[in-house]
Amino acid sequence: MNSIEELREIKRKKEELVAGRNANGIPTVNVHMGTCGTAAGSTDVLNAVIEEVKTKNLEKVYIMQSGCPGVCINEPMLTLTIPGEIPYIYIKVTPENAKEIISRHVINNQPIQEWLLNLKK
Amino acid sequence: MEMVTVYIDGVEVKVPSDYTVLKAARKAGIKIPTLCYLKDVNQIGACRVCLVEIERARGLQASCVYPVSEGLKVHTRTAKVLSARKQVVELLLSNHPQECLTCSRSTNCELQTLAKDLGITDIPFVGEKNTYEVDLSSPSIVRDASKCILCRRCVSVCTQIQQVGVLGLINRGFDTTVGPPFKHGVGEVNCTNCGQCINVCPVGALKEVDHTERVWEALADPDKHVIVQTAPAVRAALGEEFGLPMGTPVTGRMVASLRRLGFDKVFDTNFTADLTIIEEGHEVIERLTTGGKLPVITSCSPGWVKFCEHFFPDLLENLSSAKSPQQMFGALAKSYYPETEKIDPKSVYSVSVMPCTAKKFECQRPEMEQAGTPDVDAVLTTRELGAMIRQAGIDFVNLPDEKADAPMGIGTGAADIFGATGGVMEAAIRTVYEVISGQPLPSLELAPVRGLEGVKEATLDVPNFGEVRVAVAHGLANAAKLMRVVQEGKKQYHFIEVMACPGGCVGGGGQPLVTSADRIALEEDYQAVRVKAIYAEDRGKTLRKSHENPAISEVYEKYLGKPLGEKSHHLLHTKYVARSKYNVPIPEQEKAESVK
Amino acid sequence: MDFNRAHVLEMEDIAFFKPQKRVALENCGLIDPESIEEYIAKDGYFALAKCVSEMTPGAVIEEITKSGLRGRGGAGFPTGTKWAFAAPEVADQKYVVCNADEGDPGAFMDRSVLEGDPHRVLEAMAIAGYAIGASQGFIYIRAEYPIAVERLRLAIRQAQELGVLGKNIFGSSFSFNIELRLGAGAFVCGEETALLASTEGRRGEPRPRPPFPAVSGLFEKPTVINNVETLANIPKIIRMGADWFSAMGTERSKGTKVFALAGKINNIGLIEVPMGTTLETVINEVGGGIQGGKKFKAAQIGGPSGGCLTSAHLGVAIDYESLTQAGAMMGSGGLIVMDEDTCMVDIARFFLEFTQEESCGKCPPCRIGTKRMLEILDKITTGNGTMEDLDHLETLAETIRDSSLCALGQTAPNPVLSTIKNFRDEYEAHILEKRCPSGVCLSLLSYTIDPEKCIGCGLCAKACPVEAISGVIKEPHSIDQSKCIKCGACMDTCKFSAISKK
Repeated sequence: MNSIEELREIKRKKEELVAGRNANGIPTVNVHMGTCGTAAGSTDVLNAVIEEVKTKNLEKVYIMQSGCPGVCINEPMLTLTIPGEIPYIYIKVTPENAKEIISRHVINNQPIQEWLLNLKK
Repeated sequence: MEMVTVYIDGVEVKVPSDYTVLKAARKAGIKIPTLCYLKDVNQIGACRVCLVEIERARGLQASCVYPVSEGLKVHTRTAKVLSARKQVVELLLSNHPQECLTCSRSTNCELQTLAKDLGITDIPFVGEKNTYEVDLSSPSIVRDASKCILCRRCVSVCTQIQQVGVLGLINRGFDTTVGPPFKHGVGEVNCTNCGQCINVCPVGALKEVDHTERVWEALADPDKHVIVQTAPAVRAALGEEFGLPMGTPVTGRMVASLRRLGFDKVFDTNFTADLTIIEEGHEVIERLTTGGKLPVITSCSPGWVKFCEHFFPDLLENLSSAKSPQQMFGALAKSYYPETEKIDPKSVYSVSVMPCTAKKFECQRPEMEQAGTPDVDAVLTTRELGAMIRQAGIDFVNLPDEKADAPMGIGTGAADIFGATGGVMEAAIRTVYEVISGQPLPSLELAPVRGLEGVKEATLDVPNFGEVRVAVAHGLANAAKLMRVVQEGKKQYHFIEVMACPGGCVGGGGQPLVTSADRIALEEDYQAVRVKAIYAEDRGKTLRKSHENPAISEVYEKYLGKPLGEKSHHLLHTKYVARSKYNVPIPEQEKAESVK
Repeated sequence: MDFNRAHVLEMEDIAFFKPQKRVALENCGLIDPESIEEYIAKDGYFALAKCVSEMTPGAVIEEITKSGLRGRGGAGFPTGTKWAFAAPEVADQKYVVCNADEGDPGAFMDRSVLEGDPHRVLEAMAIAGYAIGASQGFIYIRAEYPIAVERLRLAIRQAQELGVLGKNIFGSSFSFNIELRLGAGAFVCGEETALLASTEGRRGEPRPRPPFPAVSGLFEKPTVINNVETLANIPKIIRMGADWFSAMGTERSKGTKVFALAGKINNIGLIEVPMGTTLETVINEVGGGIQGGKKFKAAQIGGPSGGCLTSAHLGVAIDYESLTQAGAMMGSGGLIVMDEDTCMVDIARFFLEFTQEESCGKCPPCRIGTKRMLEILDKITTGNGTMEDLDHLETLAETIRDSSLCALGQTAPNPVLSTIKNFRDEYEAHILEKRCPSGVCLSLLSYTIDPEKCIGCGLCAKACPVEAISGVIKEPHSIDQSKCIKCGACMDTCKFSAISKK
């Protein structure tokens, strides 16, 4: 790395993706994989997501892992970003729930109200 | 050094800027109690006894490590300080066996003194105490960790001054204890038996293996002919056991006290110190003139020999094959002596008095025996001899001077100086120079090898040979430093003297204890004070060269033949073994665990 | 059921996040910690680039000093000042050490930062290195944090490959590298001098200061030691400027503080709030109140070395000074919430047991003193304590505080001192009435059967593991107190609420 320009170039490439977790206009499934998440079972959740995306032949889904967003008591957590919408934060996700989130929300665009953290009461 | 002004309890004092508050307070005439602190050995601020209040510093500070700075204001006697010190010692006592009456250190215990000085009359804290099995694995050192107060002086001396490192801290918190790794006993690891740990222990957690019982038994046995030898350094320190000023030579009173204890003959290790010079000197001459292994390294310090066996096994060939004076004496005590005296060698019981704890190990080495009986049956330390004299009710201070018995009680000044670092070198030079050159040595005293510098060097011009380069090290860390120079070939020496203990035998692990307070009170190192007695003895003698000792000429004429001859080889020379970190095989179970 | 998308809240509008201000945690949960590019996309390494290409080391220190950032690991020492001590030291080598030996029970701030945003810490260490003239950094992290260790390893490799660590960073003459050192989990290794000893491969034990690490630290070279959270603030301060940072917080405590909320609170988790946020806001808004609608009793702030705050302190604005004044301390940010069922004597005993076990054993006040304190607390919680014991406990606590060698020992008595101060009545109940008001201390409890309510079903007798309950069927049963082990199985089984403990 010789100059700040090189750094800017990398930033430009990834900026949009990171800003809204908007991976080129496709949904992003972000599984939170800190120690709290992992201990609560997020590895199984991530595997379930990967498997379900494969089974359903979904090519246009971006799957990623990240750290803990803070509400450890609700782990495992999964943040789903649909381009143009406020991210959906799913809490206490089980592998079964994860599969359902893929089929109901990602494929059929039906958010699952009762598993969401960020809903007005 | 820059000077700074500090105020201690309102007393203004100017001190060098590298002083600690403790040192500055002494200069201001203010005594701060200490416990873990030991001048030049241990300054770690662990025990919290030397606490003081320092203006603008948080909490209480350990004065032994707190550096002075310009304008520093210190209070050493506030209510907070006094109460904290007292409670800290009360806490130590609450985890201590409090067996003062039967403890080896009773009346000479730094913890006991401190408790009295701080006015501790009862211990308000009652609770669990740590108890450990007494470590009896070593032939030299007994460790009772239950009495240990974790001041870590022994750890510092073992790891830093001696660089042996068998003592370290184990576990943490309340379960912290000091000992060799993996629950081994000191006798099971690469301990050199130097006993420096005993010398620095403020309490009774470390002491020598007791040989007084067996000596009392032998003295009481009418069938035993009990003879005793005393090492050169013993006479320079024994007086301290009876309150005489440090550095008082007590050779005559020592001989008198030994007679009164009932020894059949009172001899002197000086006799075989001279013999060692003859044998070792000829070995040096032989190796110098025939292209033998150089440098020749002395082997009279058994702590050093074992250190070399563990840490520098590649240099074992350099060690002189000559036995130490103690063992030469033992060998003759069970052969030459009974033969000339026409007594049964089996009836001879040979006792040595040594400034040393490693000698207790040395006398057990397998080659140090004849016909199944050891050459030296018991080794008393200077402290143990002091104890026996007290037990017998002998008024040591007021004894008349007496002379040791002939022939094995006769020694020269060269033998006396064995007790000081550089002394063996100086004694050897006195003989080697004259034997090689055939001329008298211009000056008997070899100043460059005297003194407490860690590693000393000298170069001599010896007619008929040329330049002879010698070096002297005392204290095993210094020895290791010098040995690495030798290993790396950085310098070429002909002859090297090594003594395991700092200062040489005067600072041996069997010498009277010098407490932390006494060390602080002394203007110079205590070893230097004792050395004065040794050099005074040497100067007071007419015979100051080993080869001039008539008793030595006699033993060669009557018995040994010639130096390095067949009889000498058999009786007076020995061999060494390379040793691992462990003295004994690792227990099977732990071996299996370590493989896992 | 129809789903109303208008009801979906932005993250910052969720009650848990609303009072928060995320600086150190800004990327946690949002970016992939295993991708250096995602960190860069969030302006990562731009602060380092700015430092080495536009700022002098002095200007960097000046900026950090101006920001008012103070150490987040416990003592709250101004970070800029710390750097300024090390910078002028002349040495052939200097070091930057990151203290990631997070050991407080219930604290996981550093772990989350390292797991969620590891590059942030690497960047900050390089900035510190540039500022003080060090070319080598070490991260001392506990081996019990395997995910953090793994992500740090990966991050260091990525940073080296990309050249933001290594030789001539951004074409400048500045070179910096980082290595990991894994700790074996001794609490005391979080103390900076013990951490240095352990990093060097020696027994992890504190040593007296001075000399301070800035003068003689790792391998006796000038060393700056900063905590993970402290470092996590650095890049953004450089990017956004000192004024941006100092605009947050109170007069003497600037910026934000991360807390690990734990205990009897609804939203157990990790939060970051501006300094000066009240305890009330933290517990009731961010924390969502007490579990099961119970009453708040106390909050332990500052880990085992801290103190407890009571409902009287709910209005306290959390910053370094006000916490100390209230008898607690900022510590590293552990915040354990206790409800009305918590026995404060038992809590003090719990924390003391922790520090006592974690004492390194070097100095007697901590080694033996905490043991004796624990023994006294054991006496009190088993109903054998006297008022004289309580006096002993207090004087001993004060001596340990004043005379211990390191901060671990000096602060070990804090939970006892603060509970004696705030809940003296509970101590007295244990001692004078042989009663545990919260019903926690087993030795002081007895289970009894109310003969009025007992119908004699015999279920409790079956549940009792030690056959302490006897009685004829359909007649009231009774408990033999000499046999009872106070397990509570009977009470759990009784369907008629006939069994009570007191």
